[in-house]
Order: sequence, then structure tokens, then C-alpha cells
Amino acid sequence: MKHFKHIAAVILFLCIFLSPSCSKENEGDKIIKFWAMGTEAEYVAKLVPEFEKQNPGIKIKVQQIPWTAAQEKLITAFASDNTPDACQLGNTWVPQFAYLNGIVSLDKFISSSPIIKKENYFNGIWDTNVIDSLVYGIPWYVDTRILFYRSDIFKRAGYDNPPKTWAELYDLSKKIKSLFQNKDKYAIYLPTNEWAPFVIFGLQAGANILKDNSSRGNFSSEEFKTAFEFLIRFHKEKLAPLGISQVTNVYQAFADEYFSMYISGPWNINEFKKWMINDLADKWKTSPLPSKGNNYPGVSLAGGASLVIFKNSKHKNETWKFIEYLSKSSTQIKFFNLVNNLPAVKEAWGDSSISKDVYMKAFYQQFENVAATPKIPEWEQIAFSKIQQYAELAARGVISSDEALKNLDKDVDIILEKRRWLIGKEK
Amino acid sequence: MNIKKILLYIFIGLTSILTLVPFIWMLSASFMADGKASVFPPIFFPDEFVFSQYETLFVRLSMARTFLNSLLLSFSVTVISLFFNSMAGFAFAKYRFIGKKKLFNLLLSSMIIPSQVTMLPLFLMLKSIGLINTYMAIIIPGLANIFGIFLIRQYILAIPDSLIEAAKIDGATDFQIYRKIILPLAIPILVTLAIFTFLGTWNDFLWPLIALTDDSMYTLPVALANLMGEHTKDPELMMAGSVLTIIPVIIVFLVLQKYYIKGIMMGSVKE
Amino acid sequence: MIKSAKNKFSTYSSSAAYIFLAPALSAIFVFFFIPVIAAFIISFTDFDIYALGDFSTVRWVGFSNYFKLFDDPLFWQALQNTFYFVIVTGPVSIAVSLTAALLLNSKLVKFKAIFRASYFMPVVTTLVAVAIVWRFIYHPKFGIMNYLLSLISISPIDWLGDPLWAMPAIMLMSVWKNFGYNMIIFIAGLQNIPEDLYEAADIEGASAWNQFRFITLPMLAPTTVFVSIITMIGYFQLFAEPYIMTQGGPLNKTLSIVQYMYQEGFRWWNMGYSAAIAFVLFFIIFVGTLIQFKLQKSDNT
Repeated sequence: MKHFKHIAAVILFLCIFLSPSCSKENEGDKIIKFWAMGTEAEYVAKLVPEFEKQNPGIKIKVQQIPWTAAQEKLITAFASDNTPDACQLGNTWVPQFAYLNGIVSLDKFISSSPIIKKENYFNGIWDTNVIDSLVYGIPWYVDTRILFYRSDIFKRAGYDNPPKTWAELYDLSKKIKSLFQNKDKYAIYLPTNEWAPFVIFGLQAGANILKDNSSRGNFSSEEFKTAFEFLIRFHKEKLAPLGISQVTNVYQAFADEYFSMYISGPWNINEFKKWMINDLADKWKTSPLPSKGNNYPGVSLAGGASLVIFKNSKHKNETWKFIEYLSKSSTQIKFFNLVNNLPAVKEAWGDSSISKDVYMKAFYQQFENVAATPKIPEWEQIAFSKIQQYAELAARGVISSDEALKNLDKDVDIILEKRRWLIGKEK
Repeated sequence: MNIKKILLYIFIGLTSILTLVPFIWMLSASFMADGKASVFPPIFFPDEFVFSQYETLFVRLSMARTFLNSLLLSFSVTVISLFFNSMAGFAFAKYRFIGKKKLFNLLLSSMIIPSQVTMLPLFLMLKSIGLINTYMAIIIPGLANIFGIFLIRQYILAIPDSLIEAAKIDGATDFQIYRKIILPLAIPILVTLAIFTFLGTWNDFLWPLIALTDDSMYTLPVALANLMGEHTKDPELMMAGSVLTIIPVIIVFLVLQKYYIKGIMMGSVKE
Repeated sequence: MIKSAKNKFSTYSSSAAYIFLAPALSAIFVFFFIPVIAAFIISFTDFDIYALGDFSTVRWVGFSNYFKLFDDPLFWQALQNTFYFVIVTGPVSIAVSLTAALLLNSKLVKFKAIFRASYFMPVVTTLVAVAIVWRFIYHPKFGIMNYLLSLISISPIDWLGDPLWAMPAIMLMSVWKNFGYNMIIFIAGLQNIPEDLYEAADIEGASAWNQFRFITLPMLAPTTVFVSIITMIGYFQLFAEPYIMTQGGPLNKTLSIVQYMYQEGFRWWNMGYSAAIAFVLFFIIFVGTLIQFKLQKSDNT
């Protein structure tokens, strides 16, 4: 008898406890849920108090989602109607959520905003947020991939300046490799679980990544093939390490001279600074990417994160206020100083904290020449699963580059079947 | 003879230690400062004990909340499913009703359906009633469990009918019989099943990974896997997270291992 | 150990039985059987990311998801990996379990509880946590595994980064993680073998090996079948180990069926396709179980 009462009590307790609990915040406060990724979440939280002070009645709740699982988490949230009010969205993801009808067009907010105007931003970056001539995201911070390199090793290899062309890049890599008789050192780190370099070099070679209104793969094109083979050659000739598991810590490996070049983005600057210390501190530099011909710098990806408002948000106006706050030049500078994310607002680049930074110049130069990846919802799957899959197969020499690209096109065409059907239906 | 015995002990001893090496390393690395576990040859004892990894877990990554989530969810699933399973097990053991054998066989044979089959529709179902990303999303699929019903039924079968008859004559209702006679007698198997369910829920990964989107809702394995994505370069922190995750299950196991092991043995006895 | 009470039980009202059954069975029906049927239906549609946004884009595609699977090299790779894993890890882990059970069942050994607990420890611990630890154990530069190998002067292996070694590395970890469970079942089986069989064999002067071969193994046969069925079912569902340790790489050499299903379903939201993968997995497990039952039957007769 007693036992049973206990159990019943416990169950009752659990039922009460587990039922969707109401929030404990002030009734009047409007709570804006904002999702940010990785370390950005930790730092953006530091910008929140000032906003809340300026805007009594609005509370910002920041949640961190890890980069690696962000894609899954966001769509799960969307599919289950658990989206936040606003979110930081990698700008290659904007199309996906725009097509899914998950985020709203911001044009009516922009047209009356004193703070956010198109001309404040880099052209190539702003463009990534425009889908069918509607703006779905406001650039929050920008990034692009440039070359991080060990200037000391470059010197030892006989290069006083970073490579400006593909030919120089290759020649330099050869020289670095022969510099280290020790076999386990490499010139450049080109992990096959990063699709970006493959796409960047493809764009530099003038490839159209997809064709027929972005409904078919175009990886077998002469242009893309040239680029792909150029990169795979680094793996084949041991200028780049094959596996990815040896490098648990990229920064440590860079400090250990395991490799001397890495094509990557600004999110690495702080980490490199942390690891390249003492006499290594001035031994690394950044430069824009080399180009295929003589039009240095070569094109890179228009990356970064945009701020978007989800359709389900009940506080769109308040959320927009927060986005405006984050887009102020002064906030952008503060954010840069916290986390080194490059400001999307061009005015902020004039601040001495940025203009004096030796690593920043290369980025500014690079932003003159950035391009967007195809703006279709399937792009993520194509990039992360297919390009990486075939890049790895080719890098390890399991299949030839020709075969890899042909299969890549085949797989991409299968992925895009639905898109072709939808396009046909619209017509 | 003696040599044989000594060799046997050496072998058992060595393999036991070998089995435990990953745990020992996990524990010691969790007390090392950043970067100290990435050395060759590996060291098994930190030259300096630091708690900074645990501090990071609790202070910066709010793992206490995650820990409580795991605890609360495992506990509620255990309590509720024990209740459901024991009633069903009782019915299957001691009642005669139409279709009993067929029903029981259907349940038993459906145990080979891998749970992954159900995940997509379950996700869509829970989504449509708004339960994704709530605790209920974890509790609901664990409400009842075929293996649990089977285990309890096996045990209750051995309870003599005469006890039930006697109570019946005294005018006890079916429900009174269940809670006054069956439940007390079935305590050993209930404990066993409780451990199974608790550990199963605590350790479950795939479903919580899918069904929980808010980091404030995460269970330990999901939080740990997320951490792995973000902090691959901090093995010491990951070790601390792993220690935190397995300490409770090791405690539960060590304290109640008798029941646990009996349960495995019973589950393997076929009719 | 537990014998069913064969005597007829009392004739209580069967309505009470239904009431007792109702909560558990309705939960199982609604949250297990209905989803299984729904998954089956979904596997004949192209439910995908567009359908999440606009349900009207879902198309009935018949068997085309299943046909697509046949044409999908990645699926075959996943299938091959999973079979490789099951076929090697299954027998190895059963052999290790049996050895451990024999050791612990030996009359020569004392302090059994301690040894048993340490053998068993990996079973109860959280897979995600230990997979993380093993990832570092396998680290090519700083891992224990390569350190141990270096002691016998074997040059370091990039365990999880080498397509050849990644799966064996996961197998080794899985054997370590799981052998304790089957060990317990084997101990139960061993204890059920009547002592007098061995006594009789002793009198006839049978060697230990012969006793093992002609008494222990045959008497353990039902246990072995049970163990191999549950082991196989479990191993076919390989997921967390590769998810944590290799993400299916290198070269997709550790991609398992369940992981592929997860990727297609919950990363790329090709839910129709993913459901088809789940059913193929179900079919494989079903056939596998049937085969083992058949083997057992033919063994007995």
C-alpha cells in the first residue's frame, strides 16, 4: 500500500515537473532567443547587456550550438517548430532556410532602417543573402579564405613573398618539401574534409560549379577539372598530408612545422596567436590567395555569417532592433575585439584596432574578390558529403580525378532531381 | 598445479588491468592541464593535479544542468516504464485471455525490429504534437519496453498461483493483488529492470541526439558528442567530460551489480 | 533457473488483464508499431527537405528508393563495412567472452567478483564517453596503442586515419566494450552444466581439452546460439563508435548502415531514402536471425 502511494506520488511529481514549464522571467519582458555558433555565442553574450540596458523590456537569450552539428540542429529545430527568433546563419545556409520558408525577407525592415543599408557592406558578401531579389539576411561578420603561412619557412625555401600564382604555389611547395628531409613534414594542409579549397580553385579556374539553372552538376567541366587535378597533385606528391586524424590540433601542427601553409579563414587568427608564441610569434603571416593566371589576388569564397529572423518569431520588430544593434559600426568593432570576427560593416574597418592589425590587410584585399557558392538548399549536402567524398577518393588515388568528377556529377544530379522536378512544375 | 594457478592469476590479473586501462587513462588525463595529455610516451599520472577541466565543464559549459537532465530523464523513464511493464508482465504471467499467446509472440518477435526503423516517423509524430525538444520526447519512447515485459513475466510466472488464490478468497481486487502480492515479491526483478532501464536511458545517444535541440535539454552523451565537435583539440577536457558521464553508471553498477548480472542471466534463459 | 508454473492458473476476469495491459501495450502500439508502419510507407515516398517546408511536394515513388539503394555505391560501402564488422567482431567477441567465462568459472580462481567487475565495466559505461577515450588511445602520435606497439618496436599506425586500420580499430574497441555482457551469459550457461558429466569424464581420463570439446561446447550450444543472435542484432546497429571516432571515414571505410541512415535522414533530410535504408537493415537482421535459428535446429536433430 505504502509503496504504491510512493510510486504514485513520484509519477505525479514527474508529470508536473516535466510538463512544459513556463518561463520564470518577468511577464512584461519580451524574450528574444538568439542562437549563435561555437565561440561566437560565448562572446556575443558579452554584447547583450548593453543592448538590454538600451532597450528595457527586451531580453536576449543566447544559445550556443556547435558548428559541427549546427546544420542538423537548425533543421531539426525548423522541422519541429522550435526555431529561435533570430540566428546566426552561415551565409551558404541562407538559401536553404529561405526556400524552406523558415526565415523572412528583411526588405521592409531595411527600407526604413537608419542603420542597415546595402552600401555599408561588401558587395560580394551582401549578394550571398539575396535570393530571387529579396534580402533574407544581414551580414554580421564576414570571412573568406586566405593563405596562412610560415614566413620563416618560406624564406628558407627561397621565397620572400607569398605565392601569387598557382605555378608559384606549386613550386614553393616542392621547395618546402625538399627542405625537410624528414618525410613527415608537409608544405600545405589541404584536408579533404574541407570542401572549400576545391571549390575556390574551381572558381579561380573559371568553372561554373552547377549548370542548367543550378539543377545539374558541372564538375566534369574542363575548368573544374584543371583545378581539381591541381589540388589532388599536392596529395599525390606528398606535399599535403593525406589523413586528417594526425592533425588533431591544426595550430600545434602549424607551430611544429608539420605544414607551412593552410588555406583557411579568420576564425583561426586568435588560435594561431595563442599557439605561435615566443620566437614563433612573428613567423607567420597572411596573404590573399594566389590566382591561376596573373590577376592576383585570385577569387575566394564570400563567407561569413548573416543574421536572420525566423518566420515563427513572435517578436520580429524587437529582434530587428537587436540585429540593428549588432550591425552598428561601434558594436561591430567591439565584437571584432572580442573574437576577431571581421566586421561586415565597411566603416568598422577604419577603426585603428583593425587597420593596424598586420593579419587583416590580406583579408581586406581578398574581400575585393569574393564569390558566392550556388544558392540552392542542396548545396550543403553537395559540398559536405559529395565534394569531400570524391576529393578524398581522388586524393588517396583510389580512383582517377576524371572518374571522381564524373561520379560526382552523377551523384549531384541525383541529389538535384527534386529540384529539376520543382523547376519543371513551376513552368 | 601451483604454477598453473599462478599463471592463471597472472593472466586474469593482466587482462583485467588491460580492460581497465582506458578508464585509468581517462581519469588521469582529466586532471591534467591543457596539452599535458598530448605527450609521447603517454603518462598515466598527471605530474600536477588540476581541476581546471572540471571547472570549465561546470562553469563555462554548464554541465551541471546537463547532468541533471540525464539524471532526471533516466529516473523518470525508469519509474514509469517499471510501472507499465510490471502490469503488463503480470497480465501475461497470470491471466488467461483471448489472443494471449499470439500477442505475446508478436511482441517477442518484434524485438528484432531495430529501433532505428521507428525514429523518422516517431520524430515526425512527436513534432506534430509539439513534443520534440521536450523531456517528453525522451520519455515517450521509453514508456514501455518489450524486453522488460518479458523479463517481468518470466519472474512472475514462478510466483505460485496459490498466493493469488488465497488473496482472491480474502476478497482482494485484481489491483490489490498486483500491488500487495506481486510487486513486493517481484522486487528483485524490478531492481534488475530498473538498472537496465536507467543505464539504457543514461547511455542512449542516437535518439536524444535527434529529439533534443536545445542545449539546455541535452543529456550527457549528446553534450559530450557536441563538445567533441567543438573541442577536439582539448583531449583533457573531453576526458573530464567522459569521467563525469560514466561515474554515475559505474556507481550504479558497482552497488547493484548482483541484480544486474542476475538480470542478464535471466534474460538469456529461454522458455 | 526459473521454471514456469505449469499448473493452470486461476480464472480471474480477463477484463482486468486488459486493463493491466492497456498502458504498456498502447504505448508500444502508438510509439512503436505505428511508426514502423509509417516508416514503411515513407520509404515509398520522396519525403525530403522540401517536404518539410511544403508537404505538397511529397511524391509517391514506389520502389524507387529501394532501386536507388541498389545503385548507390555509398550504400554498398556501408553494407560491406557493416557486414565486415559483424562477421569479424561477432565471433571474436563471442570467443573472448567464452574464454573470460571459462576463466572466471574455473575453480582455481578466487576473488572472482573483482575480476568479473573489471571485465564487465566497459559494458555499463556510456558508449559515447568511451569512444571519445578510444579516439585518443588511437591517436597516431600520442595514443597508448602506438606506445604499446613501440615497446615491441612496431612503427606507429594511424589507426583511425588509415582506411585499412580504421575498421579493425573500431572492432577492437567494440570487443572490449561488449565481451563482458556475453561473458555473463556464458557463465550462467556453464553453471547449468551438470557437474557429474565432468566427474564421469575425469574418471574415464578425458583430457581437459576433450572435456571442453565434448561436454562444455555441446552443452553450451543453446547459450551460444542465443548469444550469437543478440550479438549479431546489436552489431548490425553499429552507430556511435564510428560517429564519434571517425565520422564514417576515412574513405567511408567505417560508415555503417545506421550511420548512413542517420546522415541521409537527419543530416540531409532525405527521409524517404533513409526509411528505405532502415528497412533494408531490418530485413538483413531478420534473415540473419532466421538463419541462426535454422542452424540451431539442424544442429539439434
